[in-house]
Amino acid sequence: MAKIPLQFRHNGRDVAIFVDGGTNLLVALRELIGDMTPKFGCGQGGCGTCSVLVDGELHLSCLTLAETVAGRSVETLDGMKQGPNLHPLQRAFADNFAAQCGYCTPGMLMAAKALLDRNPSPSRDEVIEAISGNICRCTGYEPIINAILAAAGGRVSA
Amino acid sequence: MAVTVKTFTSASEAAGALSSDRSARYLGGGTLVMRALNEGDVSVSTIVRAQDQALTRIDASGPRITLGAGVTFARVLAERDLAFLHAPARSIGGPAVRNMGTIGGNLFAPSPYGDFTVALLALDATVAVAGGFGARDVPIEEFLQARDRQSGTLVLSVSCTRPASAEAFRYRKIARIKPKGGSVITLAAHLPISGGRIAGARIALGSMAPTQIRARAAERALEGRSLDAATIAAAASAATEGTSPSDNALGSAWYRREIVGVHLRRLLSGQE
Repeated sequence: MAKIPLQFRHNGRDVAIFVDGGTNLLVALRELIGDMTPKFGCGQGGCGTCSVLVDGELHLSCLTLAETVAGRSVETLDGMKQGPNLHPLQRAFADNFAAQCGYCTPGMLMAAKALLDRNPSPSRDEVIEAISGNICRCTGYEPIINAILAAAGGRVSA
Repeated sequence: MAVTVKTFTSASEAAGALSSDRSARYLGGGTLVMRALNEGDVSVSTIVRAQDQALTRIDASGPRITLGAGVTFARVLAERDLAFLHAPARSIGGPAVRNMGTIGGNLFAPSPYGDFTVALLALDATVAVAGGFGARDVPIEEFLQARDRQSGTLVLSVSCTRPASAEAFRYRKIARIKPKGGSVITLAAHLPISGGRIAGARIALGSMAPTQIRARAAERALEGRSLDAATIAAAASAATEGTSPSDNALGSAWYRREIVGVHLRRLLSGQE
């Protein structure tokens, strides 16, 4: 079956690839572009670790047909770093022990970025809502919530 | 396995392609079809898409509102004129699922999903569909009863009349995980009041049967009465009539039958 040409913007850089019909965006990112930051978790939309931003909006890359992002902008965790410096969210995750095994972290960071890009000073409830589609089996969520609040400059309560 | 993706600029062309190929599935937000592909569902060999602006249109200005099938839950939540639909829209998924999932797709979401459709069933919505035969309007109840045979039709939009007041439309989803989780049961009630009495009560239930259903016995208990304690008790005790819930990881059929009356009573009496 013929491959489908696909062009989109990946972390600010134009990429052009060929995908099979039905390929999801997560496979395109990991296997064809080599960006291993979005993870495969459940493949069902239940865990959130494949989260990316499509035109600034939080999407699940495993449930996104790759060719639907043609001409659009896709941001992953790989695009969050600024040279050798960690993004304030990444720094806050490290400082607040918000990553243990780390598997949910890429999705958590993208969900947090999607929130802070729209709402720079969210309430605790808004943070909880923003990461409600992301499952973490290690931390119990509190350190993650605190890290996002810390990155937003909000007061961190224990 | 690679599948064939057919992308059309108009909904009517997509509807034609869908009706002529039994193995074709329409791709809306992807939360159902891409999930099926990820699980290796080999029955999906063709994906049909339409990039038609009409499918993402919202008309919420008048007393009757229309939502294009491709409207996402996030867009419903961003629309102030659709405040009566915010509770059901917010009860679905996390932010990413709400950015992707659509009104049209929700009509096909099997239990424990399809919560928005419970709200639309209580609101007596009309579903505009297109098939090989052209476009037509179908009452949502009729649509749901024939849902398994709808694979060749494309949903274009859903419309319903705006409830007269915030009190007249109520919604409640019972989930084990908050703020996000699959439905144990979902309830919606439309209670138009005329002269102090309920006229045209509609109660809809999710996860109480293979598709979303109306609780007709509970509706009969409410019809023509004022919403007092005795009426609410009668409706609550009739809530299980005609239901056929099943067991799943979120709850057993027995548990669902036990709690549906309790939650209907709380919904009708305005309890949190």
